[in-house]
Formats: sequence, C-alpha cells, structure tokens
Amino acid sequence: MVSGHLACPGCGAAIAMRFLLKGLNEKAVVALPACCWSIIAGPFPYSALRVPILHTAFETGGAVASGIRAALDARGETETQVVTWAGDGGTFDIGLQALSGAAERNEDLLYVCYDNEAYMNTGVQASGATPPGAWTTTTPTGSPKRTRKKDIMQILAAHRIPYAATASIAYPEDLVRKVQKAVALHGTKFLHIYATCPTGWKVASEVSVRLARLAVQTRIFPLYEVEDGERYTINLEPVGYLVDAYFEAQGRFRHLGREDLDRIQGQVDRDWDRLKALARLG
Amino acid sequence: MRRVLEGSHAVSCAVDLARVQVISAYPITPQTHIVERLAELVADGVLDAKYVRVESEHSALAAVIGAASAGARTFTASSSHGLALMHEMLHWAAGARLPVVMAEVNRALGPGWNIWADQTDSLAQRDTGWMQVYCEDVQEVLDSILLAYKLAEQVSLPMMVALDAFFLSHTYEPVDVPDQQAVDAFLPPWTPTEILDTRDPRAFHQLASPDYYMEFRYKMQQAMEEALRLYPALDAEYGGRFGRSYPMVQLVPFREGARAPLALVTTGSVTGTARVAQEELGRRGTPVDLVKLRLFRPFPQAEVRRVLEPYERVAVIDRNLSFGYGGIFAQEIQAALARLERRPAVYPFVAGLGGRDITPQTISAVVERSLGEAPPEDLLWAGLKE
Ligand SMILES: Cc1ncc(C[n+]2csc(CCOP(=O)(O)OP(=O)(O)O)c2C)c(N)n1
Ligand code: SF4
Repeated sequence: MVSGHLACPGCGAAIAMRFLLKGLNEKAVVALPACCWSIIAGPFPYSALRVPILHTAFETGGAVASGIRAALDARGETETQVVTWAGDGGTFDIGLQALSGAAERNEDLLYVCYDNEAYMNTGVQASGATPPGAWTTTTPTGSPKRTRKKDIMQILAAHRIPYAATASIAYPEDLVRKVQKAVALHGTKFLHIYATCPTGWKVASEVSVRLARLAVQTRIFPLYEVEDGERYTINLEPVGYLVDAYFEAQGRFRHLGREDLDRIQGQVDRDWDRLKALARLG
Repeated sequence: MRRVLEGSHAVSCAVDLARVQVISAYPITPQTHIVERLAELVADGVLDAKYVRVESEHSALAAVIGAASAGARTFTASSSHGLALMHEMLHWAAGARLPVVMAEVNRALGPGWNIWADQTDSLAQRDTGWMQVYCEDVQEVLDSILLAYKLAEQVSLPMMVALDAFFLSHTYEPVDVPDQQAVDAFLPPWTPTEILDTRDPRAFHQLASPDYYMEFRYKMQQAMEEALRLYPALDAEYGGRFGRSYPMVQLVPFREGARAPLALVTTGSVTGTARVAQEELGRRGTPVDLVKLRLFRPFPQAEVRRVLEPYERVAVIDRNLSFGYGGIFAQEIQAALARLERRPAVYPFVAGLGGRDITPQTISAVVERSLGEAPPEDLLWAGLKE
C-alpha cells in the first residue's frame, strides 16, 4: 500500500488492508468487488496497492476469485495467493451466494470481509451486518434496525471450510498471524475483520482503533477461529466490560435508551456463552 | 473427419479444439448438453482445462472474467433466463475488453415457462458490447466457435455464438470436424500481455472518471468497427484452411444472375427452412431471393445496404420481438436502408416465438403477403392462431 489512497481519515478499512498486506506473501492477486475500497484504491490510471487488483461487480467476489484461481492453476502459478477483499454488503448480502458457492467448492482462496457494518460507499445504508439499534440512512432513528447482525461466521463454518476467523484492526499481531495462517492452508479461508468507519458511525477519526478495541473488550466482537467448521478457539478472553461505553461513544447509537442497552447486553452475553460452549466442544 | 454430432456437442467439440483453459457455466435447458460434455472431457483428461462448477450464471460469467483477466482462454454457455441473469457481467466482460466466447442457445423467457427457440434472449443483450453471430446449422455452429475465438482475440471483445434451441442444439447432423493441427495453425494460443501478474502489478477496471470513460467507450466502438473490417479476411482464411465460408450477409438468389422481386431475410435455423420454401415457391412460379443475415454485432450495415438496395420489396422474418416496436432484425435493417435514396419496402414479420414452428408454408405465406399487399405501417404476424 502506498500513500495517496482515498480513504477518509481514520478509516478502519484502510488500516485493515495494511495488515492484510503485511500478512500476505510476495505473490498475491486481489479481487475487489464494489465497496469503499473501489474508491480508496484510486481511480484510473492510479493504484494505491502494489499488488495486482481486479475491480469487479458488487456480488462477484467469490466467483471472480474462483476464476482467477482456475486460470493461475492452469498456468502453473499455484503458489500465487488469490484474495477477495470485500465489504460487509458484498459479503453478507449481495455477494453471499457467490461466496457460498466458492466455499462449497472449497476453492483455494482467501476471502476477507472488512466489516464496517453498513453500505458506506453508497452513503451509509443498512446491511445484513448492521447491528440492532444502529442508525443508517435506511434505518433512520424513527425506525431503527431491530433484527440481529447476520452471523456470517456461523454461515461460513457451516460450509466446513478449513479456516474462518474474526480479526480486528485493534489487534494487529493477531490479524497478521491469522492472514499468515490462512494463506498457509489449502482451500477456502475466510477472515472477518472488524473495521471502524468514522464517517458512517459518526465518531471522530482518532477513536477508530480505540473503539475497535472496546468492541472486543465488551465481547461485542470476540476474536476467535473456527477450523474445519467445528474446532473453535477463542483467541482472547476479554475483560467483559459493559457495552455502555461502546454505544455511548458513537453517534449512530445516540438515540438508544437504557432499555435498548440492557437488551443488547443480554444478547451479547448469550452470544458469548454460546461461543464459550462451542470452544469447549472443540 | 466426418462425424454425426448433436449441435450441442459440436459446440463442445469446437471448445476442445480451441484448447480452452477455463470453462465455467451453469446448467439450463437446452444448453445442458454442451456443458455436460465439456465437464466430461475435462474429467477424462481429454481437454486440459479447469472446469469451475459455479452456483449461478452470474457467477459463471464472473468466474470466466476473472480467468480471462488472469490470461486464460475461456468459455461459457447459457440460454434464456441464464443469459438474462448474466446481463450485468456481459457489460463487464465487454468493458474489460476480454475475448470471452459464449455459446448462447436461443430460448424463450418466461412466463409462461417455455424452453423452445426464440431469439429475444440474446437480442435483448445487443447493447452489452458483445459481438453476436446467428447460426443456420450444426456445421456452422462448430465453425463459428473457432472463428469467434480468433475474432474476439484480435479485437479484444467478447463474442456470442447463437444457436436455436432444439432445432440446432438437439439435432444430429453430419459435421466435418477439423483436425487439431489445422485448428492449432488457425488459432494459436492467446498470449495477452495486460493481465493480472504479480511481476507487473496493475489495477484493472477501476473507477474511470468522465475524463476517461468516454474514450474507453469510443475504443470499444472502434473495436467493433475493426471487427467488421477484419471479418471478411478472417472468413476467407477459414475458408481457405477448412473449405467452408460464412459471409456476414449471404445472398442466395433463386436463379444465378437474375433478381427476384422479393428478398426474404432470415436468421438462424429458419434459413434452412427458407431454402426449402425458396425451391417450392420457385416451382410454383414465385421466385424469391434469400438473404441470410449471420452477423448481428457489429451490424454489417453497408453490406446489408449493398445486398438489399436493388430490391423492390424485402420481407424479414424475426423470431424475436421488441415489445412496443417489432422484430429486432427488421428494425435494424430498416435503419440501415433508411439512408438510401430509393429504398425497398420492408415487410417485417414476427414468427416462431417460443418455438412455434416456422414451416415452409409459413414462409410461403410471408412471401405471398409481401408480394400481394401494400407496404405495412406496423409489424406483421406470421403463424399466429386466429
Ligand atoms: C448490483 C449492484 N447494486 C448496487 C450497487 C451499488 N453499491 C456499490 S458499493 C455498495 C455498498 C457497499 O457496501 P459494503 O460492501 O458494505 O462496502 P463499504 O462500502 O461499506 O466499504 C453498493 C450498494 C452496485 N455497485 N451493484
Ligand atoms: S466511508 Fe467509512 S469505510 Fe468508507 S472510506 Fe470513509 S471511513 Fe472508510
């Protein structure tokens, strides 16, 4: 990654890409479906990345990468890593079918979703990754999102791919280690990276990383790995702060009241217990 | 070598001969035999290619786009609803200037569900930047696939080879299959330089501001025009090597050197039926000249004009419909003729939608109406139930 990219100040997605590239080996090709990164990477004829990038349509991340993989294999370039880099919309929603197809075929590729919990490129509309209670332009405060965030990790785990992991821009060593672990494995690898968006979340640009750390510490976004769809490993036992501090810090949750926070706390606690139970099984 | 081949298998056979490296497709009747045979050829190690078994047509074309961007010769096949689902990626393949080749089995769209022949599916994709040819018989299908790779790779545009559902896809005909060496000599490996390459990293297909986008489109249009210029020489080369030639517009006069009062324009498998009708009509004292239109994109305007200008009357049979206007070939032919000072009267017929048979009798009726009636204001229907 070189300077001159077009991300907003404090963009978690830009930080996430830096760590991804640190973890990748020399030979990698990146498929990039429509998302904020379509802009961040730079317009024709520039590029902010020193790896070959194929910009592609919104829902094609899993399929385009499969095709690149096939062509590289046909040319004998089996050691070149194929990476898809997609937003939460391109992963949880419109691109889920192509991702599921690739995962079912166990294509040898790394699919990375940087999750900023909404469609940011088109101006902060709700996605399947938007958490309950969050304001977006399609879930305005008068009618906030009520449904849970789609559990993408469970969906991927159900495909029994060799490796799926969550990661956060607040824990770079963990993130880079996971990239390295993923690329050393054969088959479909999935990395779900929590990436703050100051613009869409209505927070100051300098709090990005702190907020990301808080998401882990409150157990809202736990760090864990799933191998072969069944062996769960929790990478970090968070202190388990109350969720209040996390929600109070963000403009997108300003309208939430005590009851909302208590309900969300309940959900977070139940999810954590469930994850612990899964980890005990593994 | 002469073999009896089903139309679908003529496609697979040509794809094999073209030494395609990556295939991705999703099954839809009546395209299935094409991809099943290819999957077999790959599985048996006869064809040294990767077969990407995707979960939708949209992904099939996306996979092929990824593969072509990484430098592989690629193939896909679809039809009807499958082609419609690909629509977005059709634009992408063309805009990315990738020489993808697709066999497109012309089939009607629902509702009501209809798996039979109808060209509306591929013609609805005419503005995606793909080149398109329409085939008359199984031999032409096989030859067209080989020609398509050569042309597509020369001008960097994708190409669709259209064949009518069942009339061609499921019909067995004796076919002359060229031998591999001859095909290799005609179609050398594709060696693009601008590909995803870790030694020379670049970004492809990114944001293109108003400062650039229009020039990209201008270049695509130039490539289309270039294809039109290249086509005759390419066809002649093919003819020289394999003994078969397929002009973009072919005139089949009833009598050599004479001109009939009517030219009948057909596309696809109807042309075969029209040849029979032409003989029958001739025996009954109604000579008619036949014009087979094969290339649709780029549209051979000048050639259409040259061939049709001398006629008083031109009847066009369209197995397709642009709702609210009429048959699509007739529409384009009328546009091509519009600049002529003395232009033929055009009789635009819509016939054979959703696999309704276009019989020699249907064609005779078309000819007789065109010769007997004043030029119509609107489209005409042939073979419609009362
Ligand atoms: C078929 C299609 N529908 C809609 C769009 C418009 N679009 C482009 S990016 C985007 C949202 C991307 O959201 P996400 O994947 O979460 O990435 P982010 O922008 O948040 O980085 C949308 C809706 C599109 N490009 N293609
Ligand atoms: S909108 Fe959000 S995700 Fe997009 S570039 Fe700005 S900070 Fe990054």
